[in-house]
Amino acid sequence: MSVILIFMAGIAVIITWWMAQQRLTSKPWLEVGRAGDVPDGSSSAPATEKIGLYVFLAVVGALFSLLISAYFMRMDTADWWSVPIPNLLWVNTAALAASSVALHWTKAETRENRGEATRVALLAALATAVLFLIGQVLAWRELAAAGYLLTNNPANSFFYMITGLHGLHIIGGLAVLSRTTWKAWNGAEPSGLRLSVELCAIYWHFMLLVWLILFALFAGWANDFIDICRQLLT
Amino acid sequence: MVEIQSGIGTAIPPAETEDMELYHPKSWWTKYVFSQDAKIIAIQYSLTAIAIGLVALVLSWLMRLQLAFPGAFTFIDAERYYQFITMHGMIMVIYLLTALFLGGFGNYLIPLMIGARDMVFPYANMLSYWVYLLAVLVLAASFFAPGGPTGAGWTLYPPQAVLSGTPGGQDWGIILMLSSLILFIIGFTMGGLNYVVTVLQARTRGMTLMRMPLTIWGIFTATVMALLAFPALFVAAVMMLFDRVLGTSFFMPALVEMGTLLPHQGGSPLLFQHLFWFFGHPEVYIVALPAFGIVSDLISTHARKNIFGYRMMVWAIVIIGGLSFIVWAHHMYVSGMNPAFGFFFATTTLIIAVPTAIKVYNWVLTLWRGDIHLTLPMLFALAFIVTFVNGGLTGLFLGNVVVDVPLSDTMFVVAHFHMVMGIAPIMVIFGAIYHWYPKITGRMLNETMGQIHFWITFLGAYAIFFPMHYLGLMGVPRRYHEMGETIFNPPSAHMLNIFITVMALVVGAAQIVFLFNLAWSLRKGKPAGGNPWRATTLEWQTPQTPPVHGNWGKELPVVYRWAYDYSVPGAAEDFIPQNQPAPDRLSRGALA
Amino acid sequence: MAVVVVLVVLAVGSVLFHFFSPWWWTPIASNWGYIDDTIIITFWITGVVFVAVVLFMAYCVLRFRHRAGNRAAYEPENRKLEWWLATVTAIGVAAMLAPGLFVWNRFITVPDHATDVEVVGQQWLWSFRLPGSNGKLGTAATGSIAADNALGLNKNDPNSLDDIIIEGGELHLPVGKPVKVLLRSVDVLHNFYVPEFRAKMDMVPGMETYFWFTPTRTGTFEILCAELCGVGHPQMRGTVVVEEEADYQAWLQEQPTFSQLMASGEDVQTAEN
Repeated sequence: MSVILIFMAGIAVIITWWMAQQRLTSKPWLEVGRAGDVPDGSSSAPATEKIGLYVFLAVVGALFSLLISAYFMRMDTADWWSVPIPNLLWVNTAALAASSVALHWTKAETRENRGEATRVALLAALATAVLFLIGQVLAWRELAAAGYLLTNNPANSFFYMITGLHGLHIIGGLAVLSRTTWKAWNGAEPSGLRLSVELCAIYWHFMLLVWLILFALFAGWANDFIDICRQLLT
Repeated sequence: MVEIQSGIGTAIPPAETEDMELYHPKSWWTKYVFSQDAKIIAIQYSLTAIAIGLVALVLSWLMRLQLAFPGAFTFIDAERYYQFITMHGMIMVIYLLTALFLGGFGNYLIPLMIGARDMVFPYANMLSYWVYLLAVLVLAASFFAPGGPTGAGWTLYPPQAVLSGTPGGQDWGIILMLSSLILFIIGFTMGGLNYVVTVLQARTRGMTLMRMPLTIWGIFTATVMALLAFPALFVAAVMMLFDRVLGTSFFMPALVEMGTLLPHQGGSPLLFQHLFWFFGHPEVYIVALPAFGIVSDLISTHARKNIFGYRMMVWAIVIIGGLSFIVWAHHMYVSGMNPAFGFFFATTTLIIAVPTAIKVYNWVLTLWRGDIHLTLPMLFALAFIVTFVNGGLTGLFLGNVVVDVPLSDTMFVVAHFHMVMGIAPIMVIFGAIYHWYPKITGRMLNETMGQIHFWITFLGAYAIFFPMHYLGLMGVPRRYHEMGETIFNPPSAHMLNIFITVMALVVGAAQIVFLFNLAWSLRKGKPAGGNPWRATTLEWQTPQTPPVHGNWGKELPVVYRWAYDYSVPGAAEDFIPQNQPAPDRLSRGALA
Repeated sequence: MAVVVVLVVLAVGSVLFHFFSPWWWTPIASNWGYIDDTIIITFWITGVVFVAVVLFMAYCVLRFRHRAGNRAAYEPENRKLEWWLATVTAIGVAAMLAPGLFVWNRFITVPDHATDVEVVGQQWLWSFRLPGSNGKLGTAATGSIAADNALGLNKNDPNSLDDIIIEGGELHLPVGKPVKVLLRSVDVLHNFYVPEFRAKMDMVPGMETYFWFTPTRTGTFEILCAELCGVGHPQMRGTVVVEEEADYQAWLQEQPTFSQLMASGEDVQTAEN
């Protein structure tokens, strides 16, 4: 359970940092009146939707941390043989990274109010993300054809389950991204798309990060990392 | 909406919100059925939760009948008994308590108490309810599925939960249960995002965190915890579905079932327990923290006195919420996990007792030198303190690793968790309903029926669960469909069982009075007026009662003071609403 | 006023019930009197707190209940009082935790001279295995379970052959000798629980768990399963007989070893053929 505990510690740090700014030691019964009662006076407060997305990403982060925790705990048993990493996964990683970059580019274009470029960039992001999903399915088929079936070994089970859940999250994101793209191609002004593009970009970067961690996990690099940590501790 | 939200962060936002981007219902269907108004959603959540909760109540009757009169009711065989306890537990913990506190009270009270017009994502809020309803229906469907619902116990421990020796293990029961849980979590996440972000972003001008009523603190903290804890149950449920349906071996070791070696290999039942309790323990506080918050407000309002030690109360809520994530394995002292963990988890568990005890002291110190009105909400609040203290103290037995060894898996545990997370929070729910019903409907609940309901429920519930501890102390294990003959138990132990069953039937029947009261008072209750309890918090200051769509009319309220200005020296009334400007701003101390 | 009376009756009644009801733990038969002691300590501390809180509430209701013209005092907080209460609570908690952890340390530290006894759970039956003349238990695995090898012993392990197997019968133990109980399950979770011994531990398929105790008085005790294991859970009973060393040895001589069981199984097979 160490991975989820590390994740929760991170969340706890963020919450503590936020709470530290909320004057939790003030004595509210002494503070009657209005002045000075909105401590956060900055005008650059993030949009509600963005806060909502960050909270949601915390939930998704907890989900994948738990899966990784379970992976490590199950891995200790004797019947574990790691899955070979199909080379296709490198291509998929590149596709997802390209998608993430494309969304970053879209964000820049909406800021500059360039309609045509926004539309193209959105389409590029959408296409590469779909490519990633297709690639993931092909990778599954490749593994299955090579005899690495779901129930043969817990490593296989974890591989299919975790990549599947990650794929479902990408599909969910695609639904939102398609909507934004459709709007862009049907005459929406780039300025009006700014927020949704930004939300998509944040989500995409996060899912890319999750994927990179998962990739490292399946490739076994994470184990080396854990071993190093263990050696440092002992 | 956008204007309100963006306004919160800025220094002095405009109080008037013209052209609100509130969703406006267009028809009866979108107003009362597919409503995006948090108040309607709250009522939908509450009624659904109460309805499925009544099923769980009937199941508890059937279980108790079997325990007191084994064999007398032939239709309650062992299979049915285990199905009843499983469904009773799961419904009560998840589908009633969690849904009612967060989906019900959270939806109704958060926007009103922080001075918002609605939740920030009304559409997701609506979806949250409908997914919850779907989860409840899937759960209920398992009663009609071939093989019936699962009888694995609410903890659903594998391998037993998915094997044929357990009702529903090789039928539809366990699949429907896990699917329903997954749906519940998805639905809850949509609602939970709303509760958290609404508190963060949609507070009205002047509503600093330290001016929020403790109800909001409790619900807010519990929701944050639930958002982070439910993924553990989600992962456990998905993995078990894989094991059950697709034949993987996440939790399934090599095992011989009834003489046949199953194809599973190497899985770890303990892994499931870790995941389950990583959710399961915070879940206890997900139910308890809203109760803590609400009861603080009930006591303060009805004792006409500010809550004692408000800051300590807030800190305690936050500290308890954080600590509850590092105590989960105290449910696993005798599970076979590395025994060295016992030292750590016993210590963290007993540390939680300190902030919890402080909360109890502050509740009773609020009564001290108060002006105690023995209204129904106050009576239920007192009952909460008694049952919560009782159940909390027995938690010190079970949390203290070696003391847990003889007591775990006995009726002592059953008595403990019913007292602390069954009876105590339900006392708060009743108190809260008697308290806020006038705001929701505009009418008071009938006092006589309320008194009958209170005395039978409180004393009856205590009479059920207090003696039950001693059954556990004698060594009666939990989850026994019948105890049968034992060497070590005196025959009188069975008398205790009969007594408990009789009390359970009586307490259950008393709830009919309550339900009747809810329906009767809707039409015949005394008109309540806007603020019958003379309370300070914002929900009592709405221009209309019941509050209309948008809550506040044209102008949002502005908050000038904390939520507990009761019996302020020098003030004309014994309460000052939060939105009442100070006659002299600096009269009671510096602003900084 | 009814509230005050009820609260007082409830607090006093609970204490009276505790001391005078006939329902109390069954007399202990193992060395874990320490556990009983920690329970007693916990009962005292928690009992005092419970009675104090409830009686204080009753007093508050009596003294400060609403009367016409009453007004509550205004007191947002009292740091001194709060810290004082927190400190006293922390001391009380430490007074329960410290002995608890001390006893837990004993509970998980098995003495070197403890004898191994294996308990195997299956739906819904207890089986036992005792080390044979060489004093060692052989290895076993769930995968090796067969009709003539109900506990899945390793036939190639020389330590297995002289192991004594008791399928579904009574377990006998000599009084006064520490026992390390090794727990195994072949199907689902079970829990080996004898109320008189105070100790219990889950049995988990795929792993071996343990606890230890010393039986301190002779007698016949009931084994209960304390972890839900399916519909037969309450019927999963067994018997432990604690007896004097001589009686124990006499009983031990009558029990079959693994090799004897296999031989008789083969006899049956050849006879059938």
